Amino acid sequence: MKFGIIQFPGSNCDQDAYHVLANVFSQPTRYVWHKDSSLGDVDCVVVPGGFSYGDYLRTGAIARFSPAMKAVAAHAEAGGLVIGICNGFQILCEAQLLPGALIRNKGLKFICEHVDLRVETSDSPFTNRCQKGQVLRIPIAHGEGCYFAEPALIKQLQDEDRILVRYVNNPNGSVDNIAGICNEGRNVFGLMPHPERASETALGSEDGRLIFESILRAIVSA
Amino acid sequence: MKAKIIVMPKKTVLDPQGKTVQHALESLGFKGIQEVRIGKFIEVELKGGNKAALKKKMDEACHKILSNPVIEDYEIALK
Repeated sequence: MKFGIIQFPGSNCDQDAYHVLANVFSQPTRYVWHKDSSLGDVDCVVVPGGFSYGDYLRTGAIARFSPAMKAVAAHAEAGGLVIGICNGFQILCEAQLLPGALIRNKGLKFICEHVDLRVETSDSPFTNRCQKGQVLRIPIAHGEGCYFAEPALIKQLQDEDRILVRYVNNPNGSVDNIAGICNEGRNVFGLMPHPERASETALGSEDGRLIFESILRAIVSA
Repeated sequence: MKAKIIVMPKKTVLDPQGKTVQHALESLGFKGIQEVRIGKFIEVELKGGNKAALKKKMDEACHKILSNPVIEDYEIALK
């Protein structure tokens, strides 16, 4: 399975994602520079965490206009898998590949800690190896992770089973405890927690592996 | 011509920064404060003098990048 990881100026979880996919899962993985207008031959794109373009204006606001993001949009449109982690989630929302927005944490503090996430559905390419209701322990590290959407959209996400993970104890004020959602086609997933930082026992949790194992299973069976 | 653009969080969006500043003002003894909300102020220097055309251009810029319509409202003043 071929993975591509987008690199923006200010990305800082790109190498973590690369390490997990290339070394832990032994998958062919390549970086895609933000100025590249082609992703090459990839099955799944990772939009990694960090502070793309210094978070200027709004988190993800500048990154969404990069040539690489146009290619990501085309990949998503064609049904290809896209996972946005942390800043990647913020970028996917700004790019309108996912609905809603991420704003300043309710408590204004940057929060860096392990949290419990409840998997709300196993019906997605990103959670098919999990059980509904399963709790994953995965770290968050963000200052702007408070998910916001108007009530009508939240209801739609709920009705369409598009809320993939919720916080067990809401750390940041996110509406409806939302930690991660997918698009209508279920092939684009954004989440604030970092599964790539929880994929080896040495890092305190392996629960994040389930997200990547789900992706691998989805690609194999596609 | 200069465009002065104010971008504010929508009323329905949480503004914890505004709330914190409100509490700070109250604890300093400023009375009668109902609400504080914090946004952004952007100045854009523009070439050309056709006000209607520039307003249209800035509207587009606000919609596309300077604000996020999901969480923010904006106002443009051209001078």
